[in-house]
Amino acid sequence: MSSPAALFAAQFRRELTAALRSLQEALNPLVFLFLAITLFALGVGVEPQTLGRYAPGIIWVLVLLSNLLALEGLFRRDFDDGTLEQLVLLGQPLFLPVLAKVAAQWCLTGLAMTLLAPLAALLLYLPAEALGVTLLTLLTGSPALSLFGAVGAALTVGLRRGGVLLALLILPLYVPTLIFGAGAITLAMAGVDVSAQIYLLTAISMLSVTVAPFAVQAALRISLEQS
Amino acid sequence: MSFASPGEFFAMGGHGLYVWLSYGAAVIIVLYNVFAARHRQRRVIRLVGDRLRRQDAARRADAAPPQTVEATGESIRS
Amino acid sequence: MTVKELWHKLGSPRWFYGISRPLGLVLGVLAFGLLLTGTVWGLLFAPADYQQGNSFRIIYVHVPTAIVAQSVYMLMGAAGVVLLVWRMKMADIVLKTAVPFGMTMTALALFTGAVWGKPTWGAWWVWDARTTSMLVLLFLYFGLYALRQAIPRQETAGRACAVLAVVGVINIPIIKYSVDWWLTLHQGATFKLTEAPAMPAEMWLPLLVNVLGIYCLFGVTLIGRMRAEIVEREQGTQWVRELVTGSVAGGSGS
Repeated sequence: MSSPAALFAAQFRRELTAALRSLQEALNPLVFLFLAITLFALGVGVEPQTLGRYAPGIIWVLVLLSNLLALEGLFRRDFDDGTLEQLVLLGQPLFLPVLAKVAAQWCLTGLAMTLLAPLAALLLYLPAEALGVTLLTLLTGSPALSLFGAVGAALTVGLRRGGVLLALLILPLYVPTLIFGAGAITLAMAGVDVSAQIYLLTAISMLSVTVAPFAVQAALRISLEQS
Repeated sequence: MSFASPGEFFAMGGHGLYVWLSYGAAVIIVLYNVFAARHRQRRVIRLVGDRLRRQDAARRADAAPPQTVEATGESIRS
Repeated sequence: MTVKELWHKLGSPRWFYGISRPLGLVLGVLAFGLLLTGTVWGLLFAPADYQQGNSFRIIYVHVPTAIVAQSVYMLMGAAGVVLLVWRMKMADIVLKTAVPFGMTMTALALFTGAVWGKPTWGAWWVWDARTTSMLVLLFLYFGLYALRQAIPRQETAGRACAVLAVVGVINIPIIKYSVDWWLTLHQGATFKLTEAPAMPAEMWLPLLVNVLGIYCLFGVTLIGRMRAEIVEREQGTQWVRELVTGSVAGGSGS
């Protein structure tokens, strides 16, 4: 029996490798993010002041939605090819495998979006002084998105048309992250200290790390028993 | 009593529309819940009753010769 | 009867079906009496608010429905825990049958909030902290309802909804807190609908009566829906068979 850390690392590597093999699929949410930003610029107008004022909200809302797009495939392949069933049949807690899976998914969504955020900020005329806070909110807030999202993905993985349902289940849970994330950037633009909001985002992410894997584990077992 | 006349009561000091809209919606929602619960109970009892009686009848028809069908009033245990 | 015995009995649909009829009758009478008293009292006898005038009387609908809508979701979270931990059949029945009442009450609270907002703030919809939280709650209810509909197998649907309800209940305080904070960010201290400084007793007593009344109403409708659900799910058992076929002549009306 290998140590938990080794188990986690092995699973994490496996997930990343699988994702990188179908790179196109992994890139789709990121492409969607920038496509939607373009649409926003076209819809709202490209006056720097207007666009810049709405940039925090636009960035965060689009990050939520892009995340949602990536979630649908989180357990789908493993569910279809039976990997998930084997994992459950092992009889061991799914805490670590689930956490590794979500962590790998977060690298390709939350982390990737954080790294690409400067580009998004540039396109949306976000004031430069708020850029640091934008990156910080995305970095601390996005783990919660992936984790709560994984609960919804696990609940809907067995359903043929889970897409809209997934959005309906998960988006209400994203409300606090959106509020503190976008709010912190807005405050930072006004030059206010936002460490409290960053702490809150971190706290929400920490809470979701402790709660969500158990919910995902229960949800996966439930989803498997119906198929 | 806060109102001198029925007219004053219905006017609600100019806010009649809002007050009565709220109370009207409340009455509708409350009645809906009460009657939906009652209706569902009756319907389920009727439907399940019909189904079980049909099952019983079918089983009796299988088990017994036709002329004794009316004689068995009690339900048959499976 | 010890607590443990009661717990075991609560898990028995048949036992519940037996006691629920008298319980429902008592709650029904209480609900009718309390709601009638509170509403007549609030509409006719409570004094008008010094700032809002008579539109203030909407409080006697708005606040009880909002409170009960939140409590119902909390109850569903508790039922979800019971279902997941002890696999109690009755918990799933509660989880399923509480949704319609909670959802309609949330919608009613939103509607009355909007109608109240018009004379008070001059707009049908204001992103006030409470109304926004209620809106999110409505979406949470929709999610539970949709998930239940989407999963064909009953037992699976129940346990999936239980997971969702538990996760939702954990999130509700965070959502409320974040919405409160968000409001201080986007508008200064607004005049809150229900925060009259030191409401006199003749104003809040009818409110209290209506709150109690609506809890009783919830009890009645929940029991009614649960009884129907029990008959439907337990139709393979002998006692339901006797209930629905044997006593037809004797009348099994309600």
